[in-house]
Amino acid sequence: MITVEHLTKRYGPHTAVDDVSFTAAPGHVTGFLGPNGAGKSTTMRMMCGLTPATSGTARVLGVPYAALPNPGRRVGVLLDAAAQHAGRTGREVLTLTALLTGVERRRVDAMLDLVGLTSREASRRVGAYSLGMRQRLGIANALLGDPEVLILDEPANGLDPAGIRWMRDLLQNFAGRGGTVLLSSHLLSEVELVADRLVVIGRGRIVAQGTKDELLRRAGTFARSDDDAALAAALQAAGIAAERLATGGVTAEAEAPDVARAAARAGVVVVELRAADSRGLEELFLELTADDAREAVSA
Amino acid sequence: MSAPAVARPTSHAGATGAVRPVSFATLTLVEWRKQLDTRAGRWLLVTIGIVTAAVLAIMAIVDGGNHSFEAFLVGTSTPMLLLLPIVGVLAATSEWSQRTALVTFALEPRRTRVGLAKLLSAVASGVVFFLGAVALAALAHLAVVVLRDADPAWSLDAGVLGGLFLMVVLVMAQGIGFGLVLLNTPAAIVSLLVLPTVFTIVGSLIPGIVDALPWIDLSTASEPLLLGEAPDGEQWAHLATASLIWVVAPVVGGLVRVERREVKSA
Repeated sequence: MITVEHLTKRYGPHTAVDDVSFTAAPGHVTGFLGPNGAGKSTTMRMMCGLTPATSGTARVLGVPYAALPNPGRRVGVLLDAAAQHAGRTGREVLTLTALLTGVERRRVDAMLDLVGLTSREASRRVGAYSLGMRQRLGIANALLGDPEVLILDEPANGLDPAGIRWMRDLLQNFAGRGGTVLLSSHLLSEVELVADRLVVIGRGRIVAQGTKDELLRRAGTFARSDDDAALAAALQAAGIAAERLATGGVTAEAEAPDVARAAARAGVVVVELRAADSRGLEELFLELTADDAREAVSA
Repeated sequence: MSAPAVARPTSHAGATGAVRPVSFATLTLVEWRKQLDTRAGRWLLVTIGIVTAAVLAIMAIVDGGNHSFEAFLVGTSTPMLLLLPIVGVLAATSEWSQRTALVTFALEPRRTRVGLAKLLSAVASGVVFFLGAVALAALAHLAVVVLRDADPAWSLDAGVLGGLFLMVVLVMAQGIGFGLVLLNTPAAIVSLLVLPTVFTIVGSLIPGIVDALPWIDLSTASEPLLLGEAPDGEQWAHLATASLIWVVAPVVGGLVRVERREVKSA
């Protein structure tokens, strides 16, 4: 469980994180989504006691992070996969964490297996690793202490599509066993594969949060028909904003039953009707964060 | 993948054992290991070892090599006192130059504790190295006695031994202090090597400062120790005040800086 309340971070006149509140609940993978520079990493560092908050509180498992006596055993943290000593081997990085947190050494091998690093790769220096390998090492390091909570900043960065899928299985499994996962990304396509709840941040402020389904509903409905032009006209006549897509079909800012009713009145045959998919969410994401940017400029 | 079975968010009694707070002893041992588990750290120690051995070898070879055990030991002090503190600097600065501070302080949020563990482990490295230097000096003397017919002179003044030991402890702490204050490897090494020397030179040129120099300049204050003379009361006081300025102040300032500083990756 992670609880963030009115968290704010100011650097001089610049407000990097502005009154951010949200909860990441056990049993769920919560995606923390926002463009670069939106304040995701700063928020995550404040959660882990690495960056002092200007105001507000962040609690992990009910207490401030720094009050956990052996945090590595309760919370798995990966804030920057690239931030590893280039001269240490992957195995040594995990061994140091195992020694410090009091985890049995054999768990190092188990975690290397888990993230798919071979023993040959593990005995190479981290300086020779690709970003994807560093991410895997970082995830192994976060999981080493058998934590209840995972806080991962851009963990999918540098992973190939198979790697992202592997991570989805891993994190959903972790959440399925009652764990709490918070992961950030600036790419909706990544988060949407992995997370079931979303917190969207833009310019330091939360612009939307909820389950992925809720946010998708807000993104509107997609319909394909035998006459998209007629369908779009019928929707607009019914007062529903609608747009024809170049790839075929229409997106409408309304729920599916309303779209179906408008189509029926116009006599258009609808052959596909569903919540708008990632494209809709992508647009919502851009729109939400762009709105926030405009507000910030006019303020 | 079968692997996720290993990640068990709700079970804590199983494969990983009971959760205990991180003890200071554990922290210190881990920090010690971190000095030695990188190529840079290992090579630094190997280099200091080679330089020390080379100094002894040169002493043994040139001019008949007729040196006492004590002379050999004093001969090792220059490379040790010059180069060993860099081990401390690296222990402090590599967390920031290699950005591992993000991991270190996420695992142990009490940063001053981490700093003290670095201090203790660096001093421990210095002491181990010092014992090694004593052994090497003994070997060198044995070699010249056996091979070059030098006069056996095994007596070792307790003042020399203690003075050198104290200096090793002081410079290791100084290395950690400079590292923690500057948090930047090149800046800390250069300051550590240059600042005290410049201070000594400049200070000795300014008439008003010359008299005060033993009180405020560590190299002046530590001269008796390196010469093997037992310092008198006033010389101990010199050493105390000079150490306060050049060792204690950087360590305390560095610990405060790290405690307050924001830990970021870039």
